[in-house]
Amino acid sequence: MTPRILLAVAQRVLTQLRRDHRTAAMLLVLPCVLMTLLWWMFQDIPGSLFDRFGPALLAMFPFIVMFLVTSVTTLRERSSGTLERLLAMPMGKLDFLGGYAVAFGVVAAVQAALAVALSVGLLGLDVEGPVLLLGVVAVADAVLGTALGLLVSAFARTEFQAVQFMPLFVIPQILLCGLFVPRTSLPDFLHAVSSLLPLSYATDAMQTLVTTAATGDVWRDLGIVAAFAVASLALGAATLRRRTP
Amino acid sequence: MVNNLVEVRSLVVDRGGRRVLHGLDITIEQGSVTGLLGPSGCGKSTLMRSLVGVQQLTSGQVTIAGSEAGSAQLRNRIGYVTQAASVYDDLTVRENLSFFARVLGADGAAVDEAIATVDLAGQTDQVVGRLSGGQRSRVSLAVALLNTPDLLVLDEPTVGLDPVLRRDLWALFHRLAAAGAAVFVSSHVMDEADRCDRLLLMREGRIIADDTPAHIREKTDTQDIESAFLALVDADRSEDGSEEGSER
Repeated sequence: MTPRILLAVAQRVLTQLRRDHRTAAMLLVLPCVLMTLLWWMFQDIPGSLFDRFGPALLAMFPFIVMFLVTSVTTLRERSSGTLERLLAMPMGKLDFLGGYAVAFGVVAAVQAALAVALSVGLLGLDVEGPVLLLGVVAVADAVLGTALGLLVSAFARTEFQAVQFMPLFVIPQILLCGLFVPRTSLPDFLHAVSSLLPLSYATDAMQTLVTTAATGDVWRDLGIVAAFAVASLALGAATLRRRTP
Repeated sequence: MVNNLVEVRSLVVDRGGRRVLHGLDITIEQGSVTGLLGPSGCGKSTLMRSLVGVQQLTSGQVTIAGSEAGSAQLRNRIGYVTQAASVYDDLTVRENLSFFARVLGADGAAVDEAIATVDLAGQTDQVVGRLSGGQRSRVSLAVALLNTPDLLVLDEPTVGLDPVLRRDLWALFHRLAAAGAAVFVSSHVMDEADRCDRLLLMREGRIIADDTPAHIREKTDTQDIESAFLALVDADRSEDGSEEGSER
């Protein structure tokens, strides 16, 4: 791995995003709009439902968005021939993947800062734990989304297929992460499945942060999310081949 | 003694269950422009990908300066231009070149030089996606020039270009060769043959001629390379036509 090359990739990805005003705006503004929508939905219902659903949504945005953006952009690199060219150059596979992870991690940090500031500052989300840690979890989620997106893009031949991987890889995780039914109340089998899915831990971390001031469990969940991200990046590296048939 | 930079031995490549290269033996010398001519689909790109080290080989070997093609120590020494322009459409000309320069460890001066060489100094700050097809392929070519490579592999670099520019690029290839590089250029346009020092004629995954353009014309008793190509194919057919048919 060469830091110079990894950073060159990250900077290039960020420049490309900056060029694409619409995508950049959607990455930053959309989570805020959706959080506001969620807050609004619960306005006429007594109790603090926003406090219950808000954290899970904060965990999901960076994950879903980065999954989609990454799987499509890497697929574009494969089909345009730029990936082949880069792999014929002194570019390590981890430089390539790491560059993407760093770039989208930066975007996620900005995205999370905005969404968390809005939720806590304006929409009145009660956070017992350290607010900064909410941001850290969001960045970890984004890196996880990026890593999974990179991995999945290896199995897609067209951008249509890449987008179709979202229902396959993401929606089951959303259903089982504890947002709709607390994970402990799921049927045993589904509970076991949900324990194998990274988004469950991301949601757990967010929910713990909102409800308690103790951070021990959060760090454990964060560690698990990070481990999933690293494992996906490693698998992704294995699918990137310099020599293709 | 001739200095062979590239040695290809009994190279066989299958793609998608079909044999694309049928045991090629080729050498490419330093300091000259070698042309690879043949109709589209004859295996030119596959051969070029094999030299660069991004093609899975079925059997045989490709060595460049004594190392196996694609090995890490060669990656800084080879310039490769794919048939489609492999650059980022949403970045400007300069941003594209600066990025690849950082990957290669080349400096800013190399970027300016490469841009000037392909005659895009007036477009440096334009987004590549808005350039014409010819301009885009020149950006792609400029990327390959960044690290002054020992081996330049160019897959149809002059397709769709203005004749004046095409002449200039061939002059550039000869300058690079004179400076010691091995330049390997493919084309499906036969009239570019005479611009090469040496010519490999390729058809259906086989090399049917390997000589200087003048010698090829002389041997086949023809006036131009297109007729020479036809003469060679006809001669080949009368020798072992039945075998050819069964393999396809």
